[in-house]
Amino acid sequence: MRNVVRSEWTKIRSVASTVWTLSLALVVTAALGMLVSGLLRHDVGRLGPHQRLAFDPTFAAFAGMNIGQLAMVVFGVLVVSNEYSTGMIRASLAAVPQRGTFFLAKIAVATGLALAVGMATSFAAFFLGQAMLGPHRASIGDPGVLRAVVGGGLYMTLIAVFSMGVAAMLRSPLLSLGILMPFFFLISHVLGNVDATKRVGRFLPDQAGSRIMQVVAPADDTPYGPWAGLGIMVLWVAAALAGGYAVLKRRDA
Amino acid sequence: MIEAVGLTKRYGDKTAVHNLSFQVRPGMVTGFLGPNGSGKSTTMRMILGLDNPTSGRVTIAGRPYRELPNAPRLVGALLDAKAVHGGRSARNHLLCLAQMSGIPARRVDEVLGVVGLQDVAKRRSKGFSLGMGQRLGIAAALLGDPQVLLFDEPVNGLDPEGILWVRNLMRALAAEGRTVFVSSHLMSEMALTADHLIVIGRGQLLADMSVKDFISANSADFARVRTPDTEPQQREKLTSALTEAGAHVLPEPDGALRVTGLPLPRISDIAHEAGVRLWELSPHQASLEEAYMRMTQGVVDYRSTVDQREGLMAPPQPGAQPPLPVPGQGQPGWYPPPPPGAGGAPYAPPQPGPYGTPPAHPAHPAAPPVNPYAQPAPRPTADQGAAEPGAAQDRTAQERPAQDRPAAAPAAAQPSAARTDTEDAR
Repeated sequence: MRNVVRSEWTKIRSVASTVWTLSLALVVTAALGMLVSGLLRHDVGRLGPHQRLAFDPTFAAFAGMNIGQLAMVVFGVLVVSNEYSTGMIRASLAAVPQRGTFFLAKIAVATGLALAVGMATSFAAFFLGQAMLGPHRASIGDPGVLRAVVGGGLYMTLIAVFSMGVAAMLRSPLLSLGILMPFFFLISHVLGNVDATKRVGRFLPDQAGSRIMQVVAPADDTPYGPWAGLGIMVLWVAAALAGGYAVLKRRDA
Repeated sequence: MIEAVGLTKRYGDKTAVHNLSFQVRPGMVTGFLGPNGSGKSTTMRMILGLDNPTSGRVTIAGRPYRELPNAPRLVGALLDAKAVHGGRSARNHLLCLAQMSGIPARRVDEVLGVVGLQDVAKRRSKGFSLGMGQRLGIAAALLGDPQVLLFDEPVNGLDPEGILWVRNLMRALAAEGRTVFVSSHLMSEMALTADHLIVIGRGQLLADMSVKDFISANSADFARVRTPDTEPQQREKLTSALTEAGAHVLPEPDGALRVTGLPLPRISDIAHEAGVRLWELSPHQASLEEAYMRMTQGVVDYRSTVDQREGLMAPPQPGAQPPLPVPGQGQPGWYPPPPPGAGGAPYAPPQPGPYGTPPAHPAHPAAPPVNPYAQPAPRPTADQGAAEPGAAQDRTAQERPAQDRPAAAPAAAQPSAARTDTEDAR
């Protein structure tokens, strides 16, 4: 197992797409968060007292997460589907005939890397965003803020892992991206905001998981709290990984 | 030692490999031959536990691949030289394969040296030529210093120096007592490299025998006999005399005759008795390629047809030569020498197909039994003479008045139709 983990680390660090997707995730998330925070800084001053209460400076700094997560999706998909699109999977599985070990090592290494980058992204986005908010900023010591920032890092990581599971099921990078990108960018938001589908839509992985990044709970009837929301997302991820493992185990390489 | 027993693989309703049983023994190079799509790569993938057989099993040293302890140290394989992430350097590619199998990193530099890639080790494999890619794939197979080696088309894209190197490498590996299993399409190369052959077609075993036995069982050595070009009637006279003496006579594309079933001195005697002069009487040794072509004739899935260029060709000028058919292009039945006499290979029943009938004789009155390995070409009637790729050419050029010449295209369409019939019949 240690050998396989080391090998997966060699694989992941020796391709350019890793660096590109992960740095894009960090830069885009932080930069968009700064931009939105900077724009809000002036608007917040004009808000009434009620609206002021509903303003969430932490969540404002995570405004870039919506776009930044797409880079995480690409990272997750490429890490897994590169094996298939290049045909390397045959050499890998010939070298590690225990497919469970292979899958576990690959997911573990990629998850570890995504977690590190996700946390860095979340903290960078928070501090940079608060700096732009000026007088309306939140402090990391305020109640619920640290949870939201750590949660932001976990959210980014889980998005990547979910993509890995989906890519392991679908194998093709184009197909995986073609499904995941519009889903996270568009469909999930539509389903989560249209009244008719709202009840179902908020149980989607990204809708449920992003609840943890909000310090000020929105005034709606969402039936779960921040951690329960993340729990729902973890269930989705676990299901995707189980599906990916089942496909790898059963199907021909 | 690799052993397959009743190995079968179906994809949906398509059977890629059917009831394949063979053994690959250590200490020799075993060649694995078959036309495109005959199931070679599927078999190799099943040996490596990548694909699960629908039924049957294949074992290495008595165990299925996925149950072998330390499989990558026992078995090395080159399946597809292009199966490399183009953005990764050659060294990193080998390094991650080595790390997976617990092979120390210095072994990576060793094998890079063995295949001659040490100077480009740090370069991305995206820029590699086909030959460099093959070398990288061979390096990967050698990483674990394995006892069993599988190579799928290892000489693809290699230069002559590289081909020679691969040949010597295979032979050296086998001489060290390892099991070497190589698939290839290059017959001349196989003849030099392999000791033993396993031939499959449409997923079924066609032959499992030594190279020497394979050639002698699947081809007949024949004699080339040439009568004076200026006297066609001498040719026909000799043909009937030889046929009466029990020989099989086939016309060659250049007007000579291909004679089997009689020793050379006897042919000479018969010619002498018939009063026919000979311009040539030469022995011809069949090659592995001919033997292979002959055996796999009926099981080729992808066969070219003559490019008819319908509507693209300018109308032929009066008196212009019709294009001569290129041997082997869309002309089933061109390659095989006549079947050996009784007691030939089980896959080559000794029945002359209609094509085997010399033009001088009328075609068999009753339809002869269909021989799938000598597919029928159209009967050599006056109109279709040109469709017969062999002897007709000379006559076309020399005897026929220009206006009688058939257009090449419609005539050439006949063999594929005939082939379809044969397929249906089977």
